[in-house]
Amino acid sequence: MAKRADILATLTAPLIRQNPVTLQILGICSALAVTTSLATAVTMSVSLTVVLTLSAVIISLIRRHLPDTIRLIVQIVIVASLVIVIDQILQAYLAEISRALSIYVSLITTNCLVLGRTEAFARHNPPLPAAVDAFGNGVGYSVILIVLGGIRELFGRGQLFGWQVLPLADAGGWFTPLSLMLLAPSAFFLLGGVVWAVRSLLPEQAEAPEHMPPATVRAAE
Amino acid sequence: MADTDRNPWRRFLALPNESRTKTLAMAFLVSAACALMVSGATVLLRPIQAANRAAEEQARIESLVRGVPGMADLLEQSGGSLSTVVIALEDGRAAEDVTAATLDATLADTQNWTTLEQGADLAGLGQRPDYAQIFLLRQGEAISLVLLPMTGQGYGGRIDAILAIEGDMNTVAGIAITQHSETPGLGGRIEDPSWQASFPGTQLHDDAGNLRFATARGEASGIHQVDGITGATRTTRGISNMVNFWLGPDGYGPLLRAIERDEF
Repeated sequence: MAKRADILATLTAPLIRQNPVTLQILGICSALAVTTSLATAVTMSVSLTVVLTLSAVIISLIRRHLPDTIRLIVQIVIVASLVIVIDQILQAYLAEISRALSIYVSLITTNCLVLGRTEAFARHNPPLPAAVDAFGNGVGYSVILIVLGGIRELFGRGQLFGWQVLPLADAGGWFTPLSLMLLAPSAFFLLGGVVWAVRSLLPEQAEAPEHMPPATVRAAE
Repeated sequence: MADTDRNPWRRFLALPNESRTKTLAMAFLVSAACALMVSGATVLLRPIQAANRAAEEQARIESLVRGVPGMADLLEQSGGSLSTVVIALEDGRAAEDVTAATLDATLADTQNWTTLEQGADLAGLGQRPDYAQIFLLRQGEAISLVLLPMTGQGYGGRIDAILAIEGDMNTVAGIAITQHSETPGLGGRIEDPSWQASFPGTQLHDDAGNLRFATARGEASGIHQVDGITGATRTTRGISNMVNFWLGPDGYGPLLRAIERDEF
């Protein structure tokens, strides 16, 4: 029983409480770049979750025979190969979306989230917990991506998954799209907003301030 | 135990992780497994990817033709399709023994490629095929539109494009980029319709018949120029070189003159 509770905790912790994007601020480069529409955000989320889970399982399987001196490069090689395979599959079966994602699928290799999980967790744990932890982290990343993608596509184009939800003013409706939502800065604002919301709800996540402003401010001499 | 074990695999696994043999062997095994996985995926999926690319190229050719004013009607009159011709680049005439179906097989033979001299190789290709497949739209006997596939060297790699030229063999009707690997957001903007919109109407030759096409720095000035892309100098220069090479004497030059003389 205790074991099952452990696994459940490993799975659910990264969803909100230990979320890799909002708490650890990992993997935000892709989170900002691919969230202009829900379809690309979902494809990216699925790709990252698959790569993360598979690489965690593989590295966990060979963890007892992984020489310490070359462990990082071995992990990177495994992750990179999985990413290339996923990229090839996307190019073959989802050509349209693969073009929209352009280089960001290949950049999963350098996503600190993946190496972070394999290095910190999969290397010290048996395959099942490693897979569960990786999957949980992948889902935690996906939640943020899908939320950002949904907000940006809804307010930037009035669509969800390419389907017109809000009638556009051009087509006789009432909604004027906010084109800022489709540009990169809006992803920063929204991500900042999400982080703020999560940390207000869970105050233990807030970091201690590094500097205290002086109590009284005097004019410089 | 390990000393008495006769199975070499077990003996290998029992080695301490830090031993040199095991480090080298692990590195080799992991890279071999990964190489197998990557090459397997590439080989298995290539036919599907090639089919995707062909379909996309077809779609781009169609949208290119539809984007030229008045072409959609013309296309309808001529039965809704372009005629495909394989030409020999050397003399600019229809190739006698090569058809669209056998073109790929012909070009797989290095005999059918010509090595370019340093000075003539504007587009940085090194060599060019002797045969090319072009698309024509005829109105009665006269040619009203010709689509010329071309290849050039950009910043990130090869650029494949199709240039549409009107019946006077001087006015550009449009361009479609069929394949490129330029930086997204910079050189990748050659895919944008807003940049491609500066092509239609550009004049290729001056009154004396010299090729004058160029990409501008910034906005186009004059009838021979198209807009440049800020931050993508090498990509735009690549486009300019590509057009100048392919419309020149080593590219489609002989073909264009043959069409002008109504000999095609």
